[in-house]
Amino acid sequence: MNVRLTLTTAGRVLSQLRHDRRTLALVLVVPCVLLWLLSEVFRDAPGVFDRIGPALLGVFPFITMFLVTSVAMVRERTSGTLERLLTTPIGRTDLVLGYALAFGLLALLQAALACTVALWLLGLAAPASVTVLVVLAIANAVLGAALGLGLSSLASTEFQAVQFLPAVVFPQLLLCGLFVPTDQMAGWLDALSRVMPLRYAVDGISQLTGAVSVPSAVWTDLAVVAGFAVVALGLGAATLRRRTA
Amino acid sequence: MAAIEISGLDVVRGGRLVLRGIDLSVADSIVTGLLGPSGSGKTTVMRCIVGLQRYEGSVQVLGREAGEPLLRREIGYMTQSPSVYPDLSAGANVGYHAALHGRPRGSAAEAIDMVGLADRGGQLVGTMSGGERSRVSLACALVAEPRMLVLDEPTVGLDPVLRRDLWQLFRSMSGERGVTLLVSSHVMDEAHRCDELVLLREGRLLAHDAPDQLLARTGASEMEEAFLRLIETTPEVSR
Repeated sequence: MNVRLTLTTAGRVLSQLRHDRRTLALVLVVPCVLLWLLSEVFRDAPGVFDRIGPALLGVFPFITMFLVTSVAMVRERTSGTLERLLTTPIGRTDLVLGYALAFGLLALLQAALACTVALWLLGLAAPASVTVLVVLAIANAVLGAALGLGLSSLASTEFQAVQFLPAVVFPQLLLCGLFVPTDQMAGWLDALSRVMPLRYAVDGISQLTGAVSVPSAVWTDLAVVAGFAVVALGLGAATLRRRTA
Repeated sequence: MAAIEISGLDVVRGGRLVLRGIDLSVADSIVTGLLGPSGSGKTTVMRCIVGLQRYEGSVQVLGREAGEPLLRREIGYMTQSPSVYPDLSAGANVGYHAALHGRPRGSAAEAIDMVGLADRGGQLVGTMSGGERSRVSLACALVAEPRMLVLDEPTVGLDPVLRRDLWQLFRSMSGERGVTLLVSSHVMDEAHRCDELVLLREGRLLAHDAPDQLLARTGASEMEEAFLRLIETTPEVSR
């Protein structure tokens, strides 16, 4: 591992994003608009926005980063730039960490903006700790980026990469406890959701919402999410095979 | 010492034998041209040398087995289709490769200057023509200042003046800096610019000689004709 090469790569990815203003705007603005829509939809149902809103603060960065990263990696593979990078001194881990760092920073911006809008403009009930909420949102974003990186090796075109969203993300959305609390789901659904990282992210955030101080379960959830992210990043690095047949 | 030593090289791609029993020794500090029609296996030979291709046989590069991590510091590789980021400027593309190879900041501008894009460093690569992109891609390989350059069709589609300038650049890199260059082309009229030629056809090595030797040996007046005569006189190996 080489810190300088990781930072260089993160810088390169960020300046690519800077030139893509539309993607940047979509990543930053869309979550805020969706949160606003949600608060309007549940205007006359008190408590619902306060329950679902925080969880979505974690879900949005997960989805965006998953999409952005998997498409970016597939692009890197199909354009030949990845293959060329693999002939330079940079290691596969440096490359993957560089991507994770760049998209993690973007996620920080996204989460900070969405939290600001939700808490101050839309009147979302304040969680036990705003900082921990943002940290969870970022962990989710890194997780999304990591899964996107890991799965991108299974996609040979951008079309396929985008289809991983309904295939990989939607089941997690359905089972993460957002629609039906996990303890009210059928046993096998509950068991299934336990191997899905989004469950822990959403659980951590909802623990945070109702509490006055940060419950210790939140840290466990955070650790599980981080663990999933590390494993996915490892898989991402392992699937960047240098030599092909 | 030979810069590249290949023996008994076989490569299977997509269930097809695309390189068959290649034996080749490429000398140090000269320009070797890798010539042959499209599909003859030029790119595959290069991919073996830079460590991207699985193969059977032996490929020694600068005294090491191809693909060894240390070699990645010594070889600059330019792919056939420009592998550059269209959403970055030329300067940022080349600068990234400079940083990967631990080169100083100013080296990117120098490399861009070498490929004749001196005043275009700030332009987004996505807004450049195909030939310009290809030159940015070349600059990314040059900026590493490697001991060996493996360039896959670097001059394809360029205007004659640029082609001449780039060949002069290649010649001076081998002559003055002792860089070993392996340059592929499917254009036979670029052959005379090389010190030595390697002719490939259908995955087999047809000939490896200096350009004038090849002409003399075949009695041909130009390379295209020499190539044809070589094909006609080479006994067909059973498949």
